[in-house]
Amino acid sequence: MTTIITKKPIIETVSNQPSKKAVYETKQLNLWYGSNHALKNIDLEIMENEVTAIIGPSGCGKSTYIKTLNRMVELVTSVKTSGEILYRGRNIFDQDYGVEELRTRVGMVFQKPNPFPKSIYDNVAYGPRIHGIKNKKILDEIVEKSLRGAAIWDEVKDRLNENAYSISGGQQQRICIARALAIEPDVILMDEPTSALDPISTLKVEELVQELKKDYSIIIVTHNMQQAARISDKTAFFLNGEVVEFDHTDTIFSNPSDKRTEDYISGRFG
Amino acid sequence: MRYIEQQTVVKRMDGRLIINAVFKYLFMAATLLALLALVILLYRIVTQGAGHLSIDFLMNFASRFPEQAGIKAALVGSLWLMMVVAPTSIILGVGSAIYLEEYARQNRITTFIRMNISNLAGVPSVVFGLLGLTIFVRALSLGNSVLAAGFTMSLLILPVIVVASQEAIRSVPGELRDASYGMGATKWQTIVKIILPAAIPGVLTGSILALSRAIGETAPLIVIGIPVIIQFLPAGVMDTFTALPMQIYDWSSRPQQEFQTVAAAGIIVLMAVLLFMNSIAVIIRNKFDKRY
Repeated sequence: MTTIITKKPIIETVSNQPSKKAVYETKQLNLWYGSNHALKNIDLEIMENEVTAIIGPSGCGKSTYIKTLNRMVELVTSVKTSGEILYRGRNIFDQDYGVEELRTRVGMVFQKPNPFPKSIYDNVAYGPRIHGIKNKKILDEIVEKSLRGAAIWDEVKDRLNENAYSISGGQQQRICIARALAIEPDVILMDEPTSALDPISTLKVEELVQELKKDYSIIIVTHNMQQAARISDKTAFFLNGEVVEFDHTDTIFSNPSDKRTEDYISGRFG
Repeated sequence: MRYIEQQTVVKRMDGRLIINAVFKYLFMAATLLALLALVILLYRIVTQGAGHLSIDFLMNFASRFPEQAGIKAALVGSLWLMMVVAPTSIILGVGSAIYLEEYARQNRITTFIRMNISNLAGVPSVVFGLLGLTIFVRALSLGNSVLAAGFTMSLLILPVIVVASQEAIRSVPGELRDASYGMGATKWQTIVKIILPAAIPGVLTGSILALSRAIGETAPLIVIGIPVIIQFLPAGVMDTFTALPMQIYDWSSRPQQEFQTVAAAGIIVLMAVLLFMNSIAVIIRNKFDKRY
């Protein structure tokens, strides 16, 4: 259902070389919340060092899908899945694949900035600490590296011991990104990371995403189609729990092959 | 056509405003009445008992002469009681609350348990006294010791602590749990590092208010046979003791008029202890209160 349909040949840019490896291969994924069939036969292949955007109207399953990638969806009771998701070739639903191990490789940034009610330093050091790093010098290094990585080091370097709630919402969200970077993940999942932010903070996060894709594979759910067009390499359009179309972002936005995609991106519904 | 006629609105306005004012004063009167009762109570006790308050009163054992009667045994006994009740009830209560909120699945059995914990908080204290008498005093042969009384009181206030802790844990935003789990933290790490620190103000406030109830409770102590007049201090948890409300109850039921004064002085001491504990609860809440 969701093969990559290309009407015109795609000009391969340097960053789009075919030698790239897949981080996530989703095969025939189905998911039910009780009797509600939320994801239907999803087939998606997500490549490394790319930004993959997931767009679609509310309730289309895009958030559910991204939460399935690190199995956060299982925190909701009565979730049932079938099919498989291979992360770096290994099925994440395997009995012996621990969720903690998976989530160490796959960081997540949430819709609302959700720092812990602790200092900025302790927020970023949380991940390394739970994974057993106690050495203060190493922690200092990780905190600085992560805050620099999230482009917020200069703004907070003199107030690392202040409560993370004392800074603005946009800064909090970048602290949350730094916190996700601190576990040195391979993939970063972002669930509408800018929906609670003002335009300037949004711009900063978008620039950051561009920067981060050099080292990480990023999957971002967004309500904002312009955002998807601006920052992503590939875009998947979800509708009613199905992937309607998955292609290079340029193609999706300039020459979609499905009528529903065209209607959605031109603002006729959703 | 319009459904709301401006004329009718104006006509009805007076009546609405009167009702509005009537209820305001009705509620105010209710508050004042409660306040008045409290003031009268405090006034009576302070005028009656303040004269008898002295260092001697705190340092003397009970006596059959009112002028020599002191509250030492009861005050120290109540402190001993708290040393057993506080750890027992807080550890068990917070533990159960964590289990019910974070681990237990939502099904009929856990819903039933949750519902009945709230109901248990309403069971009369004398019933807990009978339970303590049967289990701790007799079956476990602890006698009328600090330990037996402490365990009985712990059972009595356990439901209150569980419910208060559950509320506190439930009010920790789900986003904080998500953030922790999202970084690969285990459930235990999330509970210890995120949930408990955020829930501590609520947990401690509820616990201290529950402990205040335990320190003022008399019925269970009477049922398990705690003596009133003892001339020694307990040396350990297996010794017998007496407690503030027991001592006050005894003094106030004596025929001599002078003992009423002694009882009033005892009530002042008990209230001072209660106020002290409640202010600790307030301080803790203000200190740990964090905004999300």
